[in-house]
Amino acid sequence: MTLAKRIIPCLDVDNGRVVKGVQFVDIRDAGDPVEIARRYDEQGADELTFLDITASSDDRETMVHVVEEVAGQVFIPLTVGGGIRKVEDIRRMLNAGADKVAINTAAVFNPEFVKEAADKFGSQCIVVAIDAKQVGDDKWEIFTHGGRKPTGIDAVEWAIKMVDYGAGEILLTSMDRDGTKNGFDNALVSAVSTAVSVPVIASGGVGNLQHLAEGITKGHADAVLAASIFHFGEYTVGEAKAEMKKAGIEVRL
Amino acid sequence: MKTVAVMDYGMGNLHSVAKALEKVAEGAKVIVTSKAEEILAADRAVLPGVGAMRDCMAEMKRLGLDQLAKEFAQSKPLLGVCVGMQAMFEFSEENAGVECLGMLPGKVLAFDKSMTDPDSGERLKVPHMGWNRVHFAMEKHPMWQGIDDGAHFYFVHSYYVEPADPELIAGFSTYPHAFTAAVAKDNVFAVQFHPEKSQSAGLQLYANFLNWDGNN
Repeated sequence: MTLAKRIIPCLDVDNGRVVKGVQFVDIRDAGDPVEIARRYDEQGADELTFLDITASSDDRETMVHVVEEVAGQVFIPLTVGGGIRKVEDIRRMLNAGADKVAINTAAVFNPEFVKEAADKFGSQCIVVAIDAKQVGDDKWEIFTHGGRKPTGIDAVEWAIKMVDYGAGEILLTSMDRDGTKNGFDNALVSAVSTAVSVPVIASGGVGNLQHLAEGITKGHADAVLAASIFHFGEYTVGEAKAEMKKAGIEVRL
Repeated sequence: MKTVAVMDYGMGNLHSVAKALEKVAEGAKVIVTSKAEEILAADRAVLPGVGAMRDCMAEMKRLGLDQLAKEFAQSKPLLGVCVGMQAMFEFSEENAGVECLGMLPGKVLAFDKSMTDPDSGERLKVPHMGWNRVHFAMEKHPMWQGIDDGAHFYFVHSYYVEPADPELIAGFSTYPHAFTAAVAKDNVFAVQFHPEKSQSAGLQLYANFLNWDGNN
């Protein structure tokens, strides 16, 4: 197969600044999203995801400027998530230069929003982000508000429904694994990835390069997302790709 | 000064296309416009496009860009990108069937949703999304200059073009079968992938377009 599996560094942005400590040896400003995006681009990142974790919606305009800046300098696909609640939010981000938006909480409270968004902008730019926690054997439930609020919705069924509503991609985060560095919940990733027809991005739990490869080989994901292993300079995206290639995975080098 | 017009019919990726062109423009002027006189005054033009074909064609017609695109390509280089490429053909299967511009012979077909990877047996996802290799069918075409045969480009699409004349094919990819990734005829060059999202290979393609005078 010639379609490469993708590696996607994720940046959490709070009021225009990248948080969770990004460390490159020779970077001038470790919080500047534009500089960090450029660095990942140079390393061979296949896409970039920005999650806007700004608390106040008044400050969201800042994110639009960040996207504009990055899109003028980095020519790979950009996804923006966090606070995408209205059609107008999507339009602003796409016009600023984002290629896709990730809808999370708003989809849970108003699934029709996904339908409306896909109808207006096309499925190719609508990513539905799912935060799931294991609640039984091979059973996962959707949580909202950064994993704090249970919804009673089954993760696999929800993914199928969201694709039916027009999602063009699923960003799947295991709340159990997020921040643990124990690797993806590959049972969850595999359950969702084999259930839906659209690409699935595995997220949550990456602690080393082998974990990234396992998201593909064991989780059957189409792309893998990680934040901290790249931010802290432990590994470069290039090293991650070399590791994946060694595991027999097609990557863009 | 050279001017390149990005045809504006409100479809998503035109700003990204303009930004990528500006990056490589070196003295050329990039304008985003739906005004006929501005487009016709430009040296070359890009027909971008993302989203659903029905909406794209409806907006193009409303703004008169359908006739304009055909007229433009008679005398100057026109680059089609993604849905902009698909729109150049006669007919698309999307949205229960849409008549397109008919500048190039052939039709636009949907990827089969039950495709599997011949090696692993795994289901192939639709949309075809991500970086895939593009192999040249016209390796001497000036638009491929400085780009490696087999270079990765970024794709995101659920439909692909099937030219009635295989001679039109300038490049192809596989998913899992070969499909048309680029076509060329006279002043028209069109690509299914997104050069504006394909890093250095994509920027090279736009740079080539700014130096290409058509008719190859």
